[in-house]
Amino acid sequence: MHDMGGMHGMGPIQQERNEPVFHHLWERRVFALRRAMGAWRRWNIDVSRHEVELVPAAEYLRMSYYERQFAAFLVLLEKRGFIRPAELESGTPDPGVPVAVPALSVDKAAELIAKGVPTSRDVPVAPRFQIGQHVRARNINPTGHTREPRYVRGKLGIIHRDHGVFVFPDTNAHFLGEKPQHVYSVRFAARELWGADAAPQDGVYVDLWDDYLEPA
Amino acid sequence: MTTTDHDHQDAPSDPALRVKALESLLVAKGLVDRAALEVLIDTYEHKIGPRNGARVVARAWSDPAYKQRLLSNADAAIAELGYGGMQGEHMVVVENTATIHNLVVCTLCSCYPWPVLGLPPVWYKSAPYRSRAVIDPRGVLREFGLHLADAVELRVWDSTAELRYLVLPERPAGTQSMDDTELAALVTRDAMVGVARITVQHGDRA
Repeated sequence: MHDMGGMHGMGPIQQERNEPVFHHLWERRVFALRRAMGAWRRWNIDVSRHEVELVPAAEYLRMSYYERQFAAFLVLLEKRGFIRPAELESGTPDPGVPVAVPALSVDKAAELIAKGVPTSRDVPVAPRFQIGQHVRARNINPTGHTREPRYVRGKLGIIHRDHGVFVFPDTNAHFLGEKPQHVYSVRFAARELWGADAAPQDGVYVDLWDDYLEPA
Repeated sequence: MTTTDHDHQDAPSDPALRVKALESLLVAKGLVDRAALEVLIDTYEHKIGPRNGARVVARAWSDPAYKQRLLSNADAAIAELGYGGMQGEHMVVVENTATIHNLVVCTLCSCYPWPVLGLPPVWYKSAPYRSRAVIDPRGVLREFGLHLADAVELRVWDSTAELRYLVLPERPAGTQSMDDTELAALVTRDAMVGVARITVQHGDRA
């Protein structure tokens, strides 16, 4: 459900004037808890994204952003051994579940905010494509995690920019290694993606990894 | 148990209660420190937001050398103003001109440049925006009140990787005598996502 680019039928965009950063107190807690638990590094951003993608489609559309995040977060906490369902029921820790220490501290939280978690990798990997080169987005349809959106698969584009070497989500999301490789901004003409009704000069720029591309 | 008109959810599925239960458990297990949670919440609710991006834009408008650095190495240029970090580890700035308009989306989730814009609004994370920004970007812009001329080239940036995009809007006419603080006050979040242009109200004119 998450791969939404180009879908119809989602309705008008609902803007909200003077929108608050959070709409409910619990959204604040979900936001902070996910960051604090992420700092244990028992999962990575791709694992976390994939868990949200596993929310069933009908639920995904019904839920708000933070409801989805919370649902996926609970599953992830159980999968990675932080909590057991019985603990959540009873509200008391099961002494049989190992406890890790120390938790993310105030200082470490500030450091996390200031530095983030870079996903670029300083390793010598040769780019497979050059700026200006014509490429085709590979027609791959993995059942696991991927960041190649459906709407570009099989489409022709041009390498616009080489962003450098980054962790590869398709393997990283499944704990199969970082497989660092170049990420490019690839320009797809709007008409290549959507047909003759699109404006001839418009384009969509999509950030794609080496493994998503082939020469054209 | 009492109910009210707006309290239509059953207690077990009430997210407020479920989140509270989870937080209590994680604290009891020593897995999270509530003081760190407060830092995270306070930072994104009160300290980091679109005013940061507005300062970057104002500086780029008033200092051509800075603008060049911003467009060629956004991370370093944004760091000059003290911004960077979580969900903005790898930044790209794209410039609007008289002939090119840029629009940012994340069709796969809701990637957004936190250090300069803060957390995204609900519409940015919503299915309508994510689905339509790539297939009907001109229609999306019209919904935001922006009517793009046919001749303008529209570039949509789908944040599918870990690059985070900030739009450098066009500097409006009639702002020559404004300083960076006055310029920054004109810059809106929506303009830095690309769903709006920056206009000068009569009272803003210096």
